[in-house]
Amino acid sequence: MSKGKKILLIFLNMLLISSVTFGGGFVIASFIKKRFSDKLNLLEEDEMLDFIAIAQSCPGAIAVNTAVMAGYRIAGAPGMIAAAAGTVIPPVVILATVSLLYSHFADNRIVSLFLKGMQAGVCAVIFDVTVTLAGKVAKTKSAFRIVIMAAAFIAVFVFKVNVIAVIAASLAIGVAAALIEKKKEGKKV
Amino acid sequence: MIYLQLFLAFLKVGLFSIGGGYAAIPVIQSQAVDRYAWIGLDEFTDLVSIAEITPGPITINAATFIGIKIAGIAGALIATAGFLIPSLIIVSIMFAIYNKIGKLKASQTVLSYIRPVVVALIASAGLTILINVIFGGGEINAHAVDWICAAIVAAAFVMIRLFKMNPIAVMASCGGVYTVLGLLLKL
Repeated sequence: MSKGKKILLIFLNMLLISSVTFGGGFVIASFIKKRFSDKLNLLEEDEMLDFIAIAQSCPGAIAVNTAVMAGYRIAGAPGMIAAAAGTVIPPVVILATVSLLYSHFADNRIVSLFLKGMQAGVCAVIFDVTVTLAGKVAKTKSAFRIVIMAAAFIAVFVFKVNVIAVIAASLAIGVAAALIEKKKEGKKV
Repeated sequence: MIYLQLFLAFLKVGLFSIGGGYAAIPVIQSQAVDRYAWIGLDEFTDLVSIAEITPGPITINAATFIGIKIAGIAGALIATAGFLIPSLIIVSIMFAIYNKIGKLKASQTVLSYIRPVVVALIASAGLTILINVIFGGGEINAHAVDWICAAIVAAAFVMIRLFKMNPIAVMASCGGVYTVLGLLLKL
C-alpha cells in the first residue's frame, strides 16, 4: 500500500469513526482497534494497547491521543496530522451545528431513542474487543497477569480508583518484574 | 485579545486535563465559568449534556461550544487548537520515547504487565455504559431492566463477534431498531 493511500485511509476512517462514536476515549479506542488492527492489519494489537495506555496517561483527549499515535505508526508525521484532523473535524462541525439547534435537539424523542439504541450497540463493540483481548491475556497462561487484569478491573469498576493510579501501579509492577528478570539472567552468566 | 484569551484558556485545559473527558470538566469550568465568565453555570450544564449526545471528545465539544459563543467560528477553531497543542506535543514526545525503547526486552516485560490493565479499563468502560443503558442511568435495579436494550446488546454482540459484521453499521442499526420499537411500544 502506498503511503499516500495509507494517509487517506487514516483520515477517512478517523473521520467516520469520530462522526459516530459517543461515550469517551475507550469507545473510540475500541473502534480504532477493530478498524486498523483487525480489519486493515496496519497495526499490531499489542501496540494498540500500548497506545491506549500512553494516551490515557497524557493530558488531552484520549481519543485524539490514541488516534495520533496510531496515525504516526502507520504513516509517520503526515499520518499523525491526518489522524488528528480526522478525529477533530467531526465533533467541531457537529457541535457548531447542534449548539445552534440545541433546544430542538435535546427534547426530541426520536433523537433520544436513537442515541440510546446506539449506546447499546457501543456496548456490544466494546465487549467484542474485551473478549478478544482478555482471551489473549488468558492464553499467556501467566496467572500473575490474569490476576493483575482482574485486580485492575475491580479497582476501577467497583472501587472507582483513579485510572492513572492503576496504570502507574502496573508500571511499577512491570519495572519490578523486568529488574528481577535481569537479575536472574545476570546470575546465569 | 479575546482570541488570545480563548487560546490561552484552552491551552491550560489541554495541559491539565489528564485522564479524559470527565477529568477535564472541572478545569474547563474553572476557566470558562469562574475565571472569564464566558458562560454561566446553567449554560455550562447544557454544554455537558450536549457533549454527551454528540460524538467526539467532550473537551473538543466544549472548546467549540465556548469558542463559537465568544468569538464565532474563528473562536471555535482557536480554542480547539489551543486545547490540542499541549497534548499533541506531549504525546509526540511519549511516542518517540516508546518508539526508541519500546522494543527492548526489558520494556516489553514492563509493557506486558500494563497491557492486561488496559484490557480491564476497556472492560470497565463497556460495563459502565451497559449499566447506564439497561437500567436507564440509575442504580442497578432488578425491576427497572430495559429488556429491549438488553436484547439489542446481545444481538449486536452476536452480529459483530460471530458474523464479523461492520461495527459502525451494527451500531447504527441498533439505533434504528430501538427508535422504531420505542415509537411502536411507546417506551
